[in-house]
Amino acid sequence: MTDIAATPAKSGIRISGAFHRLLAFSGLIALVVVFSLASPNFMQTQNVLAILQATSVNGVLAIAATLVIITGGIDLSVGTLMTFCAVITGVVLTYFGLPLPLGIVASILAGTGVGLVSGTIIAKLKVPPFIATLGMMLILKGLSLVISGTKPIYFNDTPGFTQIAQGSFVGAIIPAIPVPNGVMILFLVAGLAAFVLTKTALGRYTFALGSNEEAVRLSGVNIDRWKIAVYATAGGICGVAGLLIASRLNSAQPALGQGYELDAIAAVVIGGTSLSGGRGTVIGTLIGALIISVLANGLRILSVPQEWQTVVTGTIIILAVYADILRRRNL
Amino acid sequence: MDALIELIGIGKSFPGVRALHNVNFDLQAGEVHALMGENGAGKSTLMKILSGVYRRDAGEIRLDGKPVEIGSPRQAQEMGIGIIHQELALMRDLTAAQNIFIGREPRQLGGWLLDEKALNRATQAIFDSMNLKLAPTVPVGSLTVAKQQMVEIAKALSYRSRILIMDEPTAALNDAEIAELFVIINRLKAEGVGIVYISHKMDEIKRISDRVTVMRDGEYVGTVPAATTSMETIISMMVGRTLSNEALVVPNTSAAPVALEVRNLNRGREIRDVSFSVRQGEILGLAGLMGAGRTEVARAIFGADPRDSGEIWVNGQRVGISTPGDAVHAGIGYLSEDRKHFGLATGMNVRNNIALASLARFTRPGGLLDDGAMRKVAERYIGQLSIKTPSDTQEARLLSGGNQQKVVIAKWLLRDCDILIFDEPTRGIDVGAKSEIYKLLNALAAEGKAIIVISSELPEVLRLSHRIAVMCEGRLTGMLPGGASQEEIMHLATQRQSAVAEMRHAG
Repeated sequence: MTDIAATPAKSGIRISGAFHRLLAFSGLIALVVVFSLASPNFMQTQNVLAILQATSVNGVLAIAATLVIITGGIDLSVGTLMTFCAVITGVVLTYFGLPLPLGIVASILAGTGVGLVSGTIIAKLKVPPFIATLGMMLILKGLSLVISGTKPIYFNDTPGFTQIAQGSFVGAIIPAIPVPNGVMILFLVAGLAAFVLTKTALGRYTFALGSNEEAVRLSGVNIDRWKIAVYATAGGICGVAGLLIASRLNSAQPALGQGYELDAIAAVVIGGTSLSGGRGTVIGTLIGALIISVLANGLRILSVPQEWQTVVTGTIIILAVYADILRRRNL
Repeated sequence: MDALIELIGIGKSFPGVRALHNVNFDLQAGEVHALMGENGAGKSTLMKILSGVYRRDAGEIRLDGKPVEIGSPRQAQEMGIGIIHQELALMRDLTAAQNIFIGREPRQLGGWLLDEKALNRATQAIFDSMNLKLAPTVPVGSLTVAKQQMVEIAKALSYRSRILIMDEPTAALNDAEIAELFVIINRLKAEGVGIVYISHKMDEIKRISDRVTVMRDGEYVGTVPAATTSMETIISMMVGRTLSNEALVVPNTSAAPVALEVRNLNRGREIRDVSFSVRQGEILGLAGLMGAGRTEVARAIFGADPRDSGEIWVNGQRVGISTPGDAVHAGIGYLSEDRKHFGLATGMNVRNNIALASLARFTRPGGLLDDGAMRKVAERYIGQLSIKTPSDTQEARLLSGGNQQKVVIAKWLLRDCDILIFDEPTRGIDVGAKSEIYKLLNALAAEGKAIIVISSELPEVLRLSHRIAVMCEGRLTGMLPGGASQEEIMHLATQRQSAVAEMRHAG
């Protein structure tokens, strides 16, 4: 490539990243406006909170997927890992009767541990991320069923467990806007992940790996270690998602989980993170996750059958990526 | 005076290839030492050993007179050995400063957080010392190749490198940028940095280097002072290998009709106003150094890359070629230098590979493939080209390189291509199979096919070509008759535009 050709194309990538986020954000606003006009119920506080609550689990999973995707990898196991973590929490709290904080720690540790294993398989054994995490997805699905004896584990003996996602400490302070804790946890995870990505070495290497892995290696960086760290961090975040979903259902449902990874990846892609790695933001992913839930909620309010909702979501994924391609081609 | 670094008797083998044998090299402080040789002479391999990417099999490395082991890129950096790779090793999505300090970011708050301010300050200091006007926070992906090169140099300097290896640093630079680079190199020299300078460009070597070491076929040829040694001497050191003595027979094709004519082909900086023609039955060699634009010309003719301007005429008719499909329709076949990537479906069998470009011919109504007819044709070509394979159902990847190449040739012959462009036809093929490919090319020419051969190996070009077109930096710098000397080709191949202008001025 000559520098003549390279210069505009390269700055184009930068513009298009911001452009894509702007596009996603405008899309979200447009959806909100359309649905508000179409139905007076849409902008009711209660409905807005319901949308946010519905976003919390997918949003947290999508943030985990974002980290991995920025390295140029993919994680198909986020959904079943979430379930696995919920089941582990169920074992700790319900079977062993241990106190609530231990259950929380167990879930996050389980997620991190599985992430460590996936990361090691990918970095050390050089199994492609798609295959490694596909395998892990199935392994975890099976393990969740085995550990739970294929039956849901309920948290009735652990008072306060449902509060993790369903309670509202914001509501306790400002009764007018009882934002569920689950939503606050989503924002907290998003804030932390954004911080890690922009301010820490882990974040720097996440982008660097996705940008040019060989260059990072030739710079003398231990790329295996950092890659494993990214998958472990993503795993830990899936542990948080496990707590959220278990708390919302007041149970660990071992059969749940598969399919969540695709919603998560959809949110990441709509949010403008490049599947080839090197580019992406947490805020974009958050907007992507919100678009998916707003669509689901709004279409339901307009009595559009559920079958059609997935058709619309699918169309939007393709349009979102196509818009990015168009933008890059024109610059 | 002690050398900064000495490489003594270095040897390195890869499976099936002896890349380096008994190579010597030394570098003094404050010196620019050019390393020269044809493609594949082993320059890059030697430098990868010096920078810790490869481990040597034999020999010794002495740093400041003491034997050392360089086990990894990081160790090399710690010893003050910096390398600027031929393919820039930068992370395009990160800023200049982030690239320079990757792996060594300044931290704050007990190491938990990156200190972006300190990072940018330190980078600014390096840029200032290089007299380089560049913002540390600019994303590398938005910079020109020249500026990216400067970032690489800044990165190498940030390790306080005393030894700096530059692998073809000017390959993508224009004259002004090269001048800029040389200013920086001279400043580094004055500070006592030793620089290993790998380049093909003779005029540059003369301008910037103190000594020249020449390598050939993985072996050390000699070291000479740059100022007092003539270009001719250096060239003859580079090409000194004896040619196989099979006499070249150049048939008289002057009466044959022109099969392919290219007029004023242009594409960016890669192809500049290239015109030539090939007659039926003629083998035209396309020679030049790496990056001269030979493959680009072939791809533009074949429609694999769009061209900015230029006409392509086949058998006296102007043809509009904008896709490979158009080219094939016009009877042009292109055999890529990278067989595994572009030429061969390695997982499919020989029969399917041969038929791949002509499947329409074997498709019966309803879309069914006529496997029997395909087998018959495949077997015919296996016999005709003497492809060594147990059967036509053998997977292509299991064949040797030479036989894989023949399968690709069979594919284009079946497609009725009368104009065949061979890009590095014998790359990765052992010596015995090479001469078989040569015979095949001669036989094809004798049948009246027009053939273009792109090769980086001069002996190959000389042995095959009835005429030789030489390129340098996207321009056609000359057309030589078959049987020209290696020196003549090298002269044209290193005839950069500025050098040409200077010569004209002097003459």
